Amino acid sequence: MYLLGISAFYHDSAAALLHDGRIVAAAQEERFTRKKHDAGFPHKAIDYCLSEAGIALDKIDHVAFYDKPFLKFERLLETYLSFAPRGYRSFAMAMPIWLKEKLFQKSLLNTELKKHLPDFNWSEKLLFAEHHQSHAASAFFPSPFEEAAVLTMDGVGEWATTSLAVGHGHHLDMLKEIHFPHSLGLLYSAFTYYTGFKVNSGEYKVMGLAPYGEPRFSSVIKDNLIDIKPDGSFKLNMDYFDYCTGLRMTNAKFDALFDGPARTPEKMLTQREMDLAASVQDVLEDVVLAMGRSIAKEQNQKNLCLAGGVALNCVANGKLLRDGCFENVWIQPAAGDAGGALGAALGAWHQHLDNPRTVNGGHDAMAGSYLGPSYEQADIEQRLSAAGAKFTVLSDEDLTARTASDLADGKGIGWFQGRMEFGPRALGCRSILGDPRSPTMQKLLNLKVKYRESFRPFAPSVLEEKVSEWFEIDCESPYMLLVADVKAEHRTEMTEEEKALFGIEKLNVPRSSIPAITHVDYSARVQTVSKRTNPRYHALISAFEEKTGCPVLVNTSFNVRGEPIVCTPEDAFRCFMGTEIETLVVGNCLMEKDAQDPALKQDYKDAFELD
Amino acid sequence: MLDLFKELWSYFRVRKKYWLAPVIVIMVLFGGLIVLTQGSAVAPFIYTIF
Repeated sequence: MYLLGISAFYHDSAAALLHDGRIVAAAQEERFTRKKHDAGFPHKAIDYCLSEAGIALDKIDHVAFYDKPFLKFERLLETYLSFAPRGYRSFAMAMPIWLKEKLFQKSLLNTELKKHLPDFNWSEKLLFAEHHQSHAASAFFPSPFEEAAVLTMDGVGEWATTSLAVGHGHHLDMLKEIHFPHSLGLLYSAFTYYTGFKVNSGEYKVMGLAPYGEPRFSSVIKDNLIDIKPDGSFKLNMDYFDYCTGLRMTNAKFDALFDGPARTPEKMLTQREMDLAASVQDVLEDVVLAMGRSIAKEQNQKNLCLAGGVALNCVANGKLLRDGCFENVWIQPAAGDAGGALGAALGAWHQHLDNPRTVNGGHDAMAGSYLGPSYEQADIEQRLSAAGAKFTVLSDEDLTARTASDLADGKGIGWFQGRMEFGPRALGCRSILGDPRSPTMQKLLNLKVKYRESFRPFAPSVLEEKVSEWFEIDCESPYMLLVADVKAEHRTEMTEEEKALFGIEKLNVPRSSIPAITHVDYSARVQTVSKRTNPRYHALISAFEEKTGCPVLVNTSFNVRGEPIVCTPEDAFRCFMGTEIETLVVGNCLMEKDAQDPALKQDYKDAFELD
Repeated sequence: MLDLFKELWSYFRVRKKYWLAPVIVIMVLFGGLIVLTQGSAVAPFIYTIF
């Protein structure tokens, strides 16, 4: 039996396909349309999922959608009614799109699916899951646990912004919810907006900026914006937020509380923004820890599964893991709304159709999250030739040795192998790699390759078996969703002068033997690389270790700022020719920048809208 | 449109939100007018709207 899961019409549309409960394929629409956070119906992602299984749409038994539009509409109407007449402008702007399209979502889905298979009535095959039910299903069903507590936190779904469930076998019972407008995700987004970043994509930047600042506003936030109870449940003071009725996240009272207006996007960052970021991060961590501890005690569970956009906050995740209230923490790699497609499908299979679930000997069911398209070597060669690339085809051994050698020489490498990752992180199949020992690598990658803000940190990929020799973590972190400190023996002691530096000045001080991935607070967003799920990447890091003694690489997503991660060999070649990546490896093809036709170089920096 | 009203009816029953019925029905009827009179409906990107 085939089940198709869909998330769409909000942000990060995606499709996921199950065959008899096994995840066959999953991909975000943005990768195919090249439009970041594409919210349209995921036609191309569906086409890909079907082609991966070698079937047509008529073989699909059910289509599961990841949220319930009527409940969203109910939340909207009740919110507007409770604030009326405030919010009229927002109401007048919202209603046309709802009354024209979103209320008719079932028939809209039917119409869109008919584009793939005309003369077929999909209405009978459509299933709808609640937004947080989809998140919870995406967190529990593919997890390596027979039973677990499941915590989902995001901006908002229908009503829920935070939910607690408990999973046993193939059952998932939703126990508690915190409802809109009280939302941890929206609190974080309010500060994302206030510090001058884009809501729904700039949250990572706030998290990356936090270690440069001091949490001097934490008490102001706790005293005025959020009331946190001992069990981690919370309530926001809506006097300071505008998102219920207005077109902004925060209001004038919020500005007055923090002594000034929101930062204008792209304006220079000051210590104030860094301190604001550190403060909201601090508050978020306090809430997540309090919730974690109370859930562990109340539910008597040793395993925790996480999903929802807030679960992408790997700093908070790392603290929760280190706190020890749960023995094991598993986080869905596509924790955002894209993962809702997978959750809706898995929920339909296990909950609606009542199919049992088997836990796969301690391993999760995500296959390393390598669930996207891959390309055969002959196809890669044909595609690259058509794009005008000049490449050399190497054997597996030569390719690994040559790439490791280029990395050790300090080159930035585009690394494109196997199936594309599902979720926001590149995990060694669509990655730009570098030498973490280089003190200039972070700046080089940020400014000349990724064209993004220089404060943003990079993450390390480390051999799974060596992780505890380099980082303060002794479990696997395959999805780059846990932050841990670099081990003391690899750190560099700072001078008194260096310790006194403030904010962004801290960036220029190498703080360990792997400075490119060591953040200013000695933390790193660790990805452990397993031979089981990604043997080629494991072999590359092993070869680099043989050469240098360091089993760690810098791993950042293969894209520039504002661009979706590359999907096809052509995307990779375009990005390579538009940036200062020096070597590109696609399958067994190796390309050097100097050997390419200079006419194919393009101005890539401004090709994408900034995120 | 008939399908929509059927679904709305089951929604009111399940959620026991009958008091929302007149609001929604009037809005859906007005929505029909909007569809007839307006070319496109574009919403700004804020949470409450979606």
